[in-house]
Amino acid sequence: MNLTLKVWRQKNATSRGHLTTYRVKEISPDMSFLEMLDVLNERLILDGDDPIAFDHDCREGICGMCGLVINGVPHGEQRATTTCQLHMRHFKDGDTIVIEPWRAAPFPVVKDLVVDRSAFDRIIEAGGYVSVPTGSAPDAHAVPVPKASADTAFDAATCIGCGACVAACPNGSASLFTAAKITHLGLLPQGQPERARRARAMVETADELGFGGCTNIGECTAVCPKGIPLATIARMNADYLGLAATGD
Amino acid sequence: MIDRGAATAPVQAPDQGAGRARTERTTATKGSRATTRYRGAVGKKAVMAVTGALMIGFLVLHMIGNLKVFAGRDSFNDYAAWLRTVGEPMLPPSGFLWIQRIGLLVILALHITAAVQLTVQAKRARPVKYHVKRRVQQSYASRTMRWGGVIIAAFVVYHILDLTVGVANPAGTAADPYTRLVADFQRWYLVVAYAVPLLLLGLHLRHGVWSAAQSLGRGGTARERPIKLFATGFAVVLVAGFLLAPVGVLVGVVK
Amino acid sequence: MSTEFYRTGAPIEDGKAPDGVIAERWDNRRFAAKLVNPANKRKLTVIVVGTGLAGGSAAATLAELGYDVKSFCYQDSPRRAHSIAAQGGINAAKNYRGDGDSVHRLFYDTVKGGDFRSRESNVYRLAQVSVEIIDQCVAQGVPFAREYGGLLDTRSFGGAQVSRTFYARGQTGQQLLLGAYQAMARQIQAGKIEMHPRTEMLDLILVDGRARGVVTRDLVTGEVRNHFADAVVLASGGYGNVFFLSTNAKGCNVTAIWRAHRKGALFANPCYTQIHPTCIPVSGDHQSKLTLMSESLRNDGRVWVPLTGGDTRAPADIPEAERDYYLERIYPSFGNLVPRDIASRAAKNVCDEGRGVGPGGLGVYLDFADAIARLGRDAVAAKYGNLFEMYERITGEDPFETPMRIYPAVHYTMGGLWVDYDLQATIPGLFVIGEANFSDHGANRLGASALMQGLADGYFVLPNTIGDYLAAGPFEPLDDAHPEVADAAEAVRTRVAKLLAVNGSRTPDSFHRELGRIMWDYCGMERTDAGLRKAVGLIQALREEFWRDVLVSGESEELNQQLEKAGRIADFFELAELMCIDALHRTESCGGHFRGESQTPDGEALRDDETFSYVAAWEYTGDRPVLHREHLTFEYVKPSQRSYK
Ligand SMILES: Cc1cc2nc3c(=O)[nH]c(=O)nc-3n(C[C@H](O)[C@H](O)[C@H](O)COP(=O)(O)OP(=O)(O)OC[C@H]3O[C@@H](n4cnc5c(N)ncnc54)[C@H](O)[C@@H]3O)c2cc1C
Ligand code: HEM
Ligand code: FES
Repeated sequence: MNLTLKVWRQKNATSRGHLTTYRVKEISPDMSFLEMLDVLNERLILDGDDPIAFDHDCREGICGMCGLVINGVPHGEQRATTTCQLHMRHFKDGDTIVIEPWRAAPFPVVKDLVVDRSAFDRIIEAGGYVSVPTGSAPDAHAVPVPKASADTAFDAATCIGCGACVAACPNGSASLFTAAKITHLGLLPQGQPERARRARAMVETADELGFGGCTNIGECTAVCPKGIPLATIARMNADYLGLAATGD
Repeated sequence: MIDRGAATAPVQAPDQGAGRARTERTTATKGSRATTRYRGAVGKKAVMAVTGALMIGFLVLHMIGNLKVFAGRDSFNDYAAWLRTVGEPMLPPSGFLWIQRIGLLVILALHITAAVQLTVQAKRARPVKYHVKRRVQQSYASRTMRWGGVIIAAFVVYHILDLTVGVANPAGTAADPYTRLVADFQRWYLVVAYAVPLLLLGLHLRHGVWSAAQSLGRGGTARERPIKLFATGFAVVLVAGFLLAPVGVLVGVVK
Repeated sequence: MSTEFYRTGAPIEDGKAPDGVIAERWDNRRFAAKLVNPANKRKLTVIVVGTGLAGGSAAATLAELGYDVKSFCYQDSPRRAHSIAAQGGINAAKNYRGDGDSVHRLFYDTVKGGDFRSRESNVYRLAQVSVEIIDQCVAQGVPFAREYGGLLDTRSFGGAQVSRTFYARGQTGQQLLLGAYQAMARQIQAGKIEMHPRTEMLDLILVDGRARGVVTRDLVTGEVRNHFADAVVLASGGYGNVFFLSTNAKGCNVTAIWRAHRKGALFANPCYTQIHPTCIPVSGDHQSKLTLMSESLRNDGRVWVPLTGGDTRAPADIPEAERDYYLERIYPSFGNLVPRDIASRAAKNVCDEGRGVGPGGLGVYLDFADAIARLGRDAVAAKYGNLFEMYERITGEDPFETPMRIYPAVHYTMGGLWVDYDLQATIPGLFVIGEANFSDHGANRLGASALMQGLADGYFVLPNTIGDYLAAGPFEPLDDAHPEVADAAEAVRTRVAKLLAVNGSRTPDSFHRELGRIMWDYCGMERTDAGLRKAVGLIQALREEFWRDVLVSGESEELNQQLEKAGRIADFFELAELMCIDALHRTESCGGHFRGESQTPDGEALRDDETFSYVAAWEYTGDRPVLHREHLTFEYVKPSQRSYK
């Protein structure tokens, strides 16, 4: 199929960007979205143009490195899918596709479609861990964990840190990301001792970094490739406020 | 020279962690618990939720009170007078009303302040807009919270000038409450002027009730649907309750 | 013989290997190792390149011990290292099931699984330490699968007779890596780890023969910079991407260890490559990587191809009688559950016979129709639902309706830098951990053992052994002006400039694809003398063309992904040649190395213990590499020939 792409091009963090139009021909429906961009890049290089920079690594939906806003939706319209897993068969011949980077003040553009997401690392560094130095652990069976808590914790722990939640949120909030970690650790017995401090430190760090607040709209969970539920945000709020959380 | 990171003792107290641990937070932890919490977006949301809930409580009572209009002129005017004398002699005349007014004003001020602060924070978080942005999930109600809120606030001012102070009322400041009310709603455009903000209030609460539950950590996957259903039902009942009086006047049930 | 390709040098020995009763060796070594005075630890800096399971766990643990750590990865966050993609699970000899598992049995299985090409001492230690890994990870909050009683669930994986694989749904690697990442995050916050994401190591700094630092390029600004330390740890992962198409992440590369190899570290067993049988086949020329489908699918799926070649009917239209369930036919007792290498080679054979299915005839069916009939659709969905979804997302086909198509793909590289029992390479002060070293898996790795090895190395082994070296530090302070440092940095700058200066007519990827094709055809599932000789010639010619005709766009002082690629490909060329030479010299078949000339009458791999019971450790010379043999002895597990018939 033949497509028209409008791609955000920006030389570096300080320069102004703009949408540039490219036409790509003979795209196979079996290609992934990133393979389609690979094809375009190969052509751009041979034409002496600067290829489009975009982040990616595993290309199987787990590393969280990829992420493009495709026609206004982070990771594209297909639900529960990362950009690298999105395939061209979901587009039609003749389609125009607008491709933009994640947009949020704490995620400055590095080049073209590449943004700097290190703010997420800062949030985890603020307290997204259990403080257990290597070698100090008791036997793994010393503390049983109810299966239900373990499963809910796991659901939250599947977050890949891609940042689509921030990109989608009208407030540029990192609540879903932050809440996923707070929920994961807060549901396990191992996470209890630091639970209150963790929530406070992580939430305050997100604010300091310039993310917005949550208004419970739910765009984040709708675009989340792992479907992290909004319930995690309720848990985060409860932990932050020092209230007991309800439900899951 | 070998360049090395900051030297620290291996034992770390997380809050006082050296190295790159944020100094801002160390200062931030000073001050009372409430003010520290308020500094974060989550704290602001909690304030909005609590103030919102209090205002809802007021609205429910207000709505029920309004229904007195169907009991007749005297009954309604007595109710209005009672509001001014309740609590006497422990309270000065209109004391209860003033306590309530001041309380509501403070509550509204807190609600609006937090809303404005959060809106500013959100705008700052997305300085560059998308060329194309599609909504995947958000409802009309959730999207209109901010503008809806502003319109509701403007309405509240008008509403007070109209029915409390009376300067904006066709019947003027001298008339009794019942007369003012009837004077208003005999005019269809004033019914519309009330109905539109009320419908917006309904939308505001449809999302607001769910949002408040989430903000206070009362949400959850299993509760999401029930809470949202309740919010919709509640908003409908409240708005309908408020609309009964204006519509009653308009169609002539109340004269 | 193939000696025109290499020279033979003096044998080497593992100087740190303890002797005595195998179960006590690790204790003995730890006791014999020198300790670093706690007050001295913060005067010592350790560089850790890589933030996967191995590097992440090592960086966190070293920082907890009090060392100053500098950590590097090429991704934008340490949490994205390729370990994140591991699906199946992690082995540990916990024997929580009481099904007869033990440290000794895990040791035995691993040595045997490695086809008797690994060191007994190392493997025994790995099995011992495995138990502590699970404890550590649980304490960190890794959400392993649990049973209703709240205890950990395990499964049997990759044909193991005991249930010793701990897992977190299909995302074990992710959860373990996040555990290590979070431990790192805590140390970053504490100022003990200085983290450098989007930073690529491009050379090793040697001063007076010791590893003293790395030269890096900042991938955002292009700045080339020196970092100094008292010891350098490489945890840069595997090099499967030399084949272009593999299950590895796109950025996986050999650069870090290859640069160290060029500076004198021996490279061991480069040709041992694991090819995974259940991957989604190539769909066209645009293919950029291959996706692994969990091996567990073979528990219920049946593998088949049409009986005759050129059969283009839809799978459902092919009657039972015209299908060849070849694994069940050839290996009646193991059937679809034969080990990875056997399943892979069998698939290749039927495709070579022209009976493959799907685009290009490179695929075989993995059919769940029987399982669905037997267990019901819901049961199959419960077990494999997410895998089916993942398959459908990529291929657009629903495995409930039509059989999956699978084909083998390069998955794991057992080879890597040679290290002694302390995990120290032949360069003093250079330590290598995780997939980047060659240490524990011999000629083939068991499923769920790579995660175990990465974490064993990083959490428990290296932090103990590195002290023995660092006890002699801190070493002389260095600065950029030091001649050996300045030379290393200059060499990096020159190389970057050279890549940009070629300004030819072919893209880096086009070279990489072609190199991968050569490797897959001649150094893949089946290797032959003639093929390997041809490959060496082709690689040399292609490399020469690369340096003459590659077109790297952009500049060096910016984010330049083409430049990153080109640098990695340049190193892959050199590695590819060494892999072929290693494969050529090892005229036996063993584990992940199958030589067409060395097979039993019924086509099974045939080892030659008499001649090849050694680790092939290669020395870089710039010309013909020099082979150093480390002889392997087996005191506890006597070599035997596998049979899966
Ligand atoms: C799809 C898939 C599934 C797997 N499933 C399993 C499984 O179920 N069980 C199992 O045991 N094993 C499994 N494996 C194998 C296992 O995941 C890997 O062997 C293991 O994770 C490697 O860990 P590592 O820490 O050595 O390296 P990696 O995780 O690959 O990390 C390498 C690190 O080095 C950095 N790096 C590399 N080069 C440079 C450079 N030049 N400069 C700076 N930094 C650099 C990278 O940024 C990265 O941080 C699987 C592998 C794949 C591909
Ligand atoms: C009768 C008056 C009002 C009532 C009963 C009310 C009620 C509520 C409630 C219950 C919430 C949910 C709080 C939460 O998110 O946790 C809310 C949110 C909000 N209100 Fe009000 N409110 C009123 C007036 C206003 C006014 C006057 C404004 C505007 C200035 C306003 C602006 C907002 C905003 C911006 C939010 C947050 C949006 C969101 O969560 O998505 N409200 N309100
Ligand atoms: S590239 Fe790893 S999630 Fe898309």
